[in-house]
Amino acid sequence: MTSYLLRRIFGLLVVVLIVLTIAFIIVRLAPGDPAALMLGPEATPEDAVALRAQLGLDRPIFLQYLTFAANAARGDLGDSIFFNQPVLHVLAARAEPTIFLALFSLLIALVIATPIGIYAAYRRGSWLDQISISTAMLAASVPSFWTGLMFQRYFATELGWFHAAGYGGPDATFIERMSYLILPSIVLGIVNSALILRFTRTSMLDILGEDYIRTARSKGMSERRVILRHALKNAAIPIITVIGLTFALLVSGAVVTERVFNIPGMGNLVVSAVLRRDYPVIQGTLIVVATLYVVINLLTDLCYLLIDKRVRY
Amino acid sequence: MASAAPLIEPRFIDLLLSRRAVAVALVVLLIVLAVCLLANLLAPEDPMKMSVRQRLTAPGGDFWLGADAFGRDVLSRLLYAGRVSLGIGGGVALLSSLIGILIGLCAGFFRHLDGLFSRLIDAMMAFPDILLAIALVSILGGSIVNVMIALSIVYAPRIARIVRASTLVIRELPYVEAAHALGSNTFVIMYDHVLRNILSPIIVQSTFIFAYAMLAEAGLSFLGVGVDPATPTWGTMINEGRQYIDQAAFLILFPGLAISISVLSLQLIGDGLRDAMDPRLAKNL
Repeated sequence: MTSYLLRRIFGLLVVVLIVLTIAFIIVRLAPGDPAALMLGPEATPEDAVALRAQLGLDRPIFLQYLTFAANAARGDLGDSIFFNQPVLHVLAARAEPTIFLALFSLLIALVIATPIGIYAAYRRGSWLDQISISTAMLAASVPSFWTGLMFQRYFATELGWFHAAGYGGPDATFIERMSYLILPSIVLGIVNSALILRFTRTSMLDILGEDYIRTARSKGMSERRVILRHALKNAAIPIITVIGLTFALLVSGAVVTERVFNIPGMGNLVVSAVLRRDYPVIQGTLIVVATLYVVINLLTDLCYLLIDKRVRY
Repeated sequence: MASAAPLIEPRFIDLLLSRRAVAVALVVLLIVLAVCLLANLLAPEDPMKMSVRQRLTAPGGDFWLGADAFGRDVLSRLLYAGRVSLGIGGGVALLSSLIGILIGLCAGFFRHLDGLFSRLIDAMMAFPDILLAIALVSILGGSIVNVMIALSIVYAPRIARIVRASTLVIRELPYVEAAHALGSNTFVIMYDHVLRNILSPIIVQSTFIFAYAMLAEAGLSFLGVGVDPATPTWGTMINEGRQYIDQAAFLILFPGLAISISVLSLQLIGDGLRDAMDPRLAKNL
């Protein structure tokens, strides 16, 4: 177990190092002088020279990389050109809406997808099975921003059931802020329920065909007990994998939904950073979300230990 | 020898079309492709022709699907935009497959490259699709070709991972060993004996990538970081239309439907291809 954990952590560190390298290369791929690009057309040549020196762009590329990697290892991802603050501070200030949006969306996706997925597998081939699979595929085919715009138009603007956009004013309480996340969470929840539903159904179908399920039934065990105690418990691992994956994707991938609902989260920050050519923020966000993704993946794998006693690393 | 097996099983088409949903999806996609390709013949108007007096005209009359904020015909724009959106999707499916095949084959075939390439694939897949695409487009610039390159880089690891895994299995089979023993050139073995035997999962995955790339392109255009806003794509049409959503919801309704119908068709075809190419996988889907 300990050696497995050490091996995984080492693997994770290697992946994070490659992530750092890719993020470093991406920004260096920009044609022309990155400093001049970041400052925009209004800047004087002196400004560009000063910024080049500040960012270390006047040094050899390999030295730049070493400094960048060493700083990143200490948690220093550079300073935002626009905010003139450390990138990590800027990101941390935007983390609350993004994380809660991801959590609520995941919760909604689970509430929709798990029971339907289980029931669809149990009643395989029934009309409910057919409808649920078709709806899941449809949900995965509709652009989330389009669903977002439509929901915003009808449920917020027309019916007035939810806040249409924003995240409350500066004085808004926590509850008020969270109330702004309801509609976007529903939209993201519906979109993401598709994958969880398909996974739940498939892994339940696999398990329901096993011998021990037949044995349990032949012993006269109630269907409810067969499904909940025997089938679901054994189908849990693939379902947890996809839940972990969905959460990781939600934390980092809700960019478009944040934009639709004007939520000041990390996704919105990246898009603004792109429009402002604030490369350190783009680079920093890439590193933070990719690292979060691999960490969540590792935690998901470790969850198997708690769920399935047969799993021994 | 396995490499001599036909690429398409004789009953493949029957199997593919035996599922009604797949057959319908195929027909729908072909129709969408045809009308977009024939846009210059079918479009009732020039997609760029402005008519300020007809601004935001509701669907019906002269404008079947209405007119946008500049009085341009939505139907004509939809057809021309489809060329770009479908073109980007198809181009990304092709380009990402090429890159993915190259990386995956090398990783699977040459043991000393496997460690590095596998970690590279893992790292690339740790970046969320849309975020990596945004970063790449912001660096490369927002032209159609650059969006295609960016999305191909984003999706290539998915193909590479599948190709690597399949190559690892095929590499150990007796006929590959026999080819080695006969002194065949390594690259001939990679192409003739390995690649040709792993085409099915690549084709299935690239169909899904076609669909994801269309969604991603629409997302990028919607965020204003995709192709030049002056180029009509289904994504840019939604982005332009969102300002007028209260007066003219149809401006985002039709391009949204066009994306959804195309993506849904592609996903159904991808599912159908997977089932037809490997019926063992079909039992639970």
